[in-house]
Amino acid sequence: MELILAISIGVLGGSGVWLLMRPRTFQLIIGLSLLSYAVNLFIFSMGRFPVGRPPILDPGTSGDPAVFADPLPQALVLTAIVIGFATTALFLVVMLASRGLTGGDHVDGRGPGR
Amino acid sequence: MQHLAILPIAVPLLAGAIMIPMEDQRGRLRAALGIASALALVAFAVMLAWQAHLGGAVSIYRLGNWPVTFGIVLVVDRLAALMLVLTAVLGLSALLFSLTRWQRMGPHFHALFQFQLMGLNGAFLTGDLFNLFVFFEVLLAASYGLALHGSGIARVKAGLHYISINLAASLLFLIGVSMIYGVTGTLNMADLASRIPALPAENRPLLEAGAAILGMAFLTKAAMWPLGFWLGPTYAAASPPAAAIFSLMSKVGVYAILRLSLLLFGEDAGASAGFGGTWLLAGGIMTIGFGAVSVLATQDLSRLAGGCVLISSGTLLAAIGAGQVAVTGGALIYLASSALAIGALFLLIELLERGREVGADVLAVTLEAFGDGEGEEEEEETNEVGTVIPATMAVLGISFMCCALVLAGLPPLSGFIGKFAMLSGILNPVGLGEGPPSLSLGGWALLVALVLSGFATVLAMARAGIRSLWANTRSVPLVGVVEIAPVLMLIGLCVAMTAAAGPTTRYMQAAAESLHTPREYVRGVMEARP
Repeated sequence: MELILAISIGVLGGSGVWLLMRPRTFQLIIGLSLLSYAVNLFIFSMGRFPVGRPPILDPGTSGDPAVFADPLPQALVLTAIVIGFATTALFLVVMLASRGLTGGDHVDGRGPGR
Repeated sequence: MQHLAILPIAVPLLAGAIMIPMEDQRGRLRAALGIASALALVAFAVMLAWQAHLGGAVSIYRLGNWPVTFGIVLVVDRLAALMLVLTAVLGLSALLFSLTRWQRMGPHFHALFQFQLMGLNGAFLTGDLFNLFVFFEVLLAASYGLALHGSGIARVKAGLHYISINLAASLLFLIGVSMIYGVTGTLNMADLASRIPALPAENRPLLEAGAAILGMAFLTKAAMWPLGFWLGPTYAAASPPAAAIFSLMSKVGVYAILRLSLLLFGEDAGASAGFGGTWLLAGGIMTIGFGAVSVLATQDLSRLAGGCVLISSGTLLAAIGAGQVAVTGGALIYLASSALAIGALFLLIELLERGREVGADVLAVTLEAFGDGEGEEEEEETNEVGTVIPATMAVLGISFMCCALVLAGLPPLSGFIGKFAMLSGILNPVGLGEGPPSLSLGGWALLVALVLSGFATVLAMARAGIRSLWANTRSVPLVGVVEIAPVLMLIGLCVAMTAAAGPTTRYMQAAAESLHTPREYVRGVMEARP
């Protein structure tokens, strides 16, 4: 489980960083999306991996933290997903505006080749 | 007034939300609502600063009345209140300035502006790392809209770079926050500060790595070299009211570094005490150097102001890195005066450039370099009596000169007081004339960088001023009272800070002292009871 998660964060993060360095806005936005998936998984992994444990206490019990999952990273991931989604949508709009104004999808507005 | 602390966040949020669906063809209602909200923010901020200074202690506002460490807290201390005052004053001036022209350049200017103010206020008030992230995103999302306000190819191009860099920095922010949570199990800043000293040695490298990654996100915002190349083009392309409020946005990064480095890695932090100080000092000095070179090299007034933002950020970061109470106190005075002066400068530049041909600055510098020979001499003969400087130009010129004095740190204005306090703190932490002066290598480097950057600013501003004010008497820009009033107000505040140098210095020194002894902050937050 740890290995699979670590490898997937690594692959997503690595591909994201590589795409971030590319000169086309489309590659840029895909790179940012991949990176944000990697970061979301990373936040999730910071709550350790309690498999099959609920994050919510039963009513009336005080509960031992050891048998419950930590709900906070889950809440953080949820917030991060929502914010990341909104900013990506906003970025897409700017990308389209740039495409319309410059006629190309190079990040500097112009570049060698098409 | 126990709910006073939430008002700087709630009022602009409500005002902005009401503005979006408003039926308002000519924009008068929106403008009136925006100005009213900005005026209210000034009043709240001044009241909070007054309370923080008189009360001395840290005051806490618990959202939803949840016990501390379970719920989210807002914390008002002297530093937070100072930043609130700066936000409110700069916001009000930029809004007033936008009334004549800029508010009509694009849709939803006023709503975006209110959300920007809300994000800034929230980032200064929050006592919780994840909430800091949320408010950062609020202010960034609003700033994306404001940076693009007015549209045009230059803005979209600069905006694209600005947004992508900030999205990447936000991801670093998240990684840092989650690593710190993974190690310590809390996100409340005061709780973090009380847990860090007791952290087992094997977890310390992980915490420090997390803090360093978090710091990268803040330093990108503060535009430390080499993370700050986005700043020049973005600020130069943004519309002047947006640029004026952006000048405070780079101070948010500085604020977060100042708050967190002294709270989490202050003298009580055990083995991690003083973490990152050397890096801040070195990076700050490099930023000062980069800013100084860019003010000297630029041919464009907006880029000149961008260079001043870089110098100001660098000075503050290096002063934080120096890690002495006296230097921090001086840095706070410098922070307030440079934020006001840069805001005024961005507004002023638009007035100066009005009615001039595009590329006139570039031409002026080229002429300076290669000489234009005979043409000028003939002109001088016909003008033996000299030209009368129009009143508008005189007011603009004096304002420009005041901005230059504050930014270069020359007497008699408040920039000098800040720089002098920093220099005296570096030369002798105990106070000048008491005990032998002790100066490390880093201290020397900072001293030289501070003096040289002031010199570079004077040179660059004098050249720009001569070219755009004296050599340009024939085309006088049309300037409305509503446009020059905010500039004069910001400069007037710098003058007031100079006139009331005693109380200002006492406030800033008290703020610096409480930052350097985080026990008071931690106790104030952790012992807050319903």
